[in-house]
Amino acid sequence: MQMLKKIKLSCWLLVTIPVIAIANVSEYQLDNGLKLIIKEDHRAPVVVSQVWYKVGSSYEHNGTTGISHQLEHMMFKGTENLGPNEFSQIVAANGGRENAFTGRDYTAYFQTLEKDRLEVSFRLEAERMRKLVIDNDELLKEREVVAEERRMRTEDSPQALVREAFNSAAFVNSPYHHPVIGWMSDINNYEADDLRQWYQKWYAPNNATLVIVGDVEPEAVLALAKKYFGPLKPEVTAILKPQIEIEQRGKRTVEVKAPAELPYMMMGWKVPVVATIDPKSSWEPYALEMLAGILDGGDSARFSRNLVRGEEIAASVGAGYSLFSRLADVFIVVGTPVKGKSIADLQKAIVTQISQLKTELVNQQELDRIRAQVVANAVYERDTVFYQAMQIGMLETVGLDWRLSDDYVEHIQAVTAEQVQAVANKYFIDQGLTVAELIPMPLDGKKPVMSAGVNHGR
Amino acid sequence: MVARIFSLIITLLITVSVHASPKIEHWQTSNGARVYFVAAPELAMVDIKVVFDAGSARDGDLSGTALLTNAMLSEGAAGLNTNQISAEFENVGAQFSNSSERDMALLSMRSLTAAFALKPALKTFQHVLTQPDFPPASFERLQKQMLIGLQAEKQSPGAIASRAFYNNLYGDHPYAAMPAGNENSVNALDIATLKAFYQQYYVANNAIVILVGALNLQQAKAIAEDLLADLPAGKTATTLAKVTPLLTAKNITIDHPSSQTHLMMGQPGISRHDPDYFALYVGNHILGGSGLVSLLSNEVREKRGLSYSVYSYFRPMRALGPYQFGLQTKNAQANQALDVVRNTLNTFIDQGPSAAELVAAKQNITGGFALRLDSNSKIAGYITMIGFYNLPLDYLNTFKESINAISIEQIKEAYSRRIDANKMVTILVGGQAE
Repeated sequence: MQMLKKIKLSCWLLVTIPVIAIANVSEYQLDNGLKLIIKEDHRAPVVVSQVWYKVGSSYEHNGTTGISHQLEHMMFKGTENLGPNEFSQIVAANGGRENAFTGRDYTAYFQTLEKDRLEVSFRLEAERMRKLVIDNDELLKEREVVAEERRMRTEDSPQALVREAFNSAAFVNSPYHHPVIGWMSDINNYEADDLRQWYQKWYAPNNATLVIVGDVEPEAVLALAKKYFGPLKPEVTAILKPQIEIEQRGKRTVEVKAPAELPYMMMGWKVPVVATIDPKSSWEPYALEMLAGILDGGDSARFSRNLVRGEEIAASVGAGYSLFSRLADVFIVVGTPVKGKSIADLQKAIVTQISQLKTELVNQQELDRIRAQVVANAVYERDTVFYQAMQIGMLETVGLDWRLSDDYVEHIQAVTAEQVQAVANKYFIDQGLTVAELIPMPLDGKKPVMSAGVNHGR
Repeated sequence: MVARIFSLIITLLITVSVHASPKIEHWQTSNGARVYFVAAPELAMVDIKVVFDAGSARDGDLSGTALLTNAMLSEGAAGLNTNQISAEFENVGAQFSNSSERDMALLSMRSLTAAFALKPALKTFQHVLTQPDFPPASFERLQKQMLIGLQAEKQSPGAIASRAFYNNLYGDHPYAAMPAGNENSVNALDIATLKAFYQQYYVANNAIVILVGALNLQQAKAIAEDLLADLPAGKTATTLAKVTPLLTAKNITIDHPSSQTHLMMGQPGISRHDPDYFALYVGNHILGGSGLVSLLSNEVREKRGLSYSVYSYFRPMRALGPYQFGLQTKNAQANQALDVVRNTLNTFIDQGPSAAELVAAKQNITGGFALRLDSNSKIAGYITMIGFYNLPLDYLNTFKESINAISIEQIKEAYSRRIDANKMVTILVGGQAE
């Protein structure tokens, strides 16, 4: 592997000319491996700059879950040449907005600035790409901040507790098992060296993609990127183990008891994604995406039409599928029953909707509606530079090609009613199903609101 | 010759400054609605909003009236049922939404400008706006959903705190009630009440229309005229009652089985026409309005690691909107965090910002001005505010100047006159320390 890296490095020397320049996008790679993708959008005199690292919670191991997210926090706490929080102060003084986010498959940092301030972003991001300082006292404080973040987002949210329980049941050995923010016990026990090692392992130009969208000239941006990021040394980044999820051999159920007023449930079926699909079946993720739209693509989609209205079983119900995950994923349905109906009633109604997709072809009008929506959304999405940069960065970072976001409309348009039926039959089976239920416990801590499975609706 | 060159330079300067802020076209429909239009030809899409002075401030005795009236409009109109209405929009890729807050009730649509999409979408929008049917089955369903929403609030410490905060901040003022109503009021709602509310407030003289997108002026005029043609002129909503200042501090603690305590603290703040708007806005930007670099964030999060999120903000409204401080921290630290917030506020009222802090704030606000207007949706948001609150059309053009004109003395003076740290509503929602 060491050898392969060297060969790759020598290839990089050849390619600072645009690799590709279709439409208004230019793509470059610096000698040190940093990928640079620039999309021109001259509607407003602004620019968004995002640095995407190939690391996230799905790269982590037991005992230090959430460390990618903790490291994201530490990236604002000082470098060899910047004091704690100075990064943010400099961006603010330049009129910028900035933040960062960590997901299962990526960690990304961004600034939005007036276009003539892009250099501020590059100077600072280049600095913290290789020169972060993890100070122990700063870590101890920031660990507390992250613990508070977890309390706010998860511990005190009954639905978030269900999501965690769901993921840890649906995924056994896939790293999608653990939450992005990490388990509380792991958060409380990070040490400075854990963070330093994690940083050393993943934060390097050859493990990053720099995405720029806005009112810029690609050549000028390239020159600026070379000036600031060019001198950074590449790193031999770690090789990820595949961690392919074991085969599921039966339906899994999990219950969560938490103080709550309303019942809630999640159902999820194991499905492939674009990154994992056999090339012979490359249409399947798009058929699943179409299926999600048939169920939940707006107020006229089947869930709203039949379950919220129609039968009036669901107070809320939704379907979700991330076709651009890095690893095989789940197709999720979540919902809360109306008063007087139980979780079991709601699940039965959802299963009936799914069964219908297996036995009856979806009608042309429904397919046409989704097609019209994706065509329109492709225009609407261009209203924000931030979202455009997000799409490019996310695709690149999960190992796909950013052009897939352009091809998305075409792929969806090509899905047929038969293909929707085929994926419904292939993937919506009990062997791939995990169900998680919230059992509301009394908020006053005295007596149970209800007994499990008996009287969920009140 | 000199004069001509001079005038050429002036022309260039004007062109540049017009570019900096969007050009707002403004007129009235023949039945009296005020229209605000910004041409944005780059993307083949348009955002259209019709906004009424028909938020929960107009609820009267039954809070929730405004919200449910607004939600009912797309449930049935001109003989179309809910399924048909949503399909009419979605079949052409249009996005329709309605919402209602304290001041405003909104109907919003985003559509492609191609005729195949825009024509049918506008027709449906017009039906929803002008010919709602208020079908009884939908009423019952939405009423139940509002009750479920109220139940959901009870499992959220943040929502519990917010309700208690407004309730205690505003006393008898209509802003005291939540737009979502309460169990008694929602149960007491009926269709006749909603229809009466609609007839009184969803009228042209009480409406503004916002258009941002790839239209020319003529098209925009025709669309606004057609959209509202069937609305009666009606009357503008009456002036809202004045908010009375708090006479004493109020401290309220609410038990909740959460691991964190949610803190909300504040008092009535400013209106959209407030003469102190810019002094207080810049002052608060330094104190708690600038995210991770604010004084509060520095004291609470950076120095002490007490909270993930800590903020303060003014929400300028028709009448005095709230000045609100907030954070969440584990139960054992709630009092410590409250002390830090109070001390930081007191120090700020006493001493004002430093010269360096003021410079940094101005650089942040003015140096990022273009970011406020870099998308159609943001432009639509700003002109909604300008139109709804009758702000000058050059509000955006003069914004930077107004910010730059603020001095340390003005901030100190405005804070000492307007903000009284001894008369705050303080809400703590949380559990026992572990």
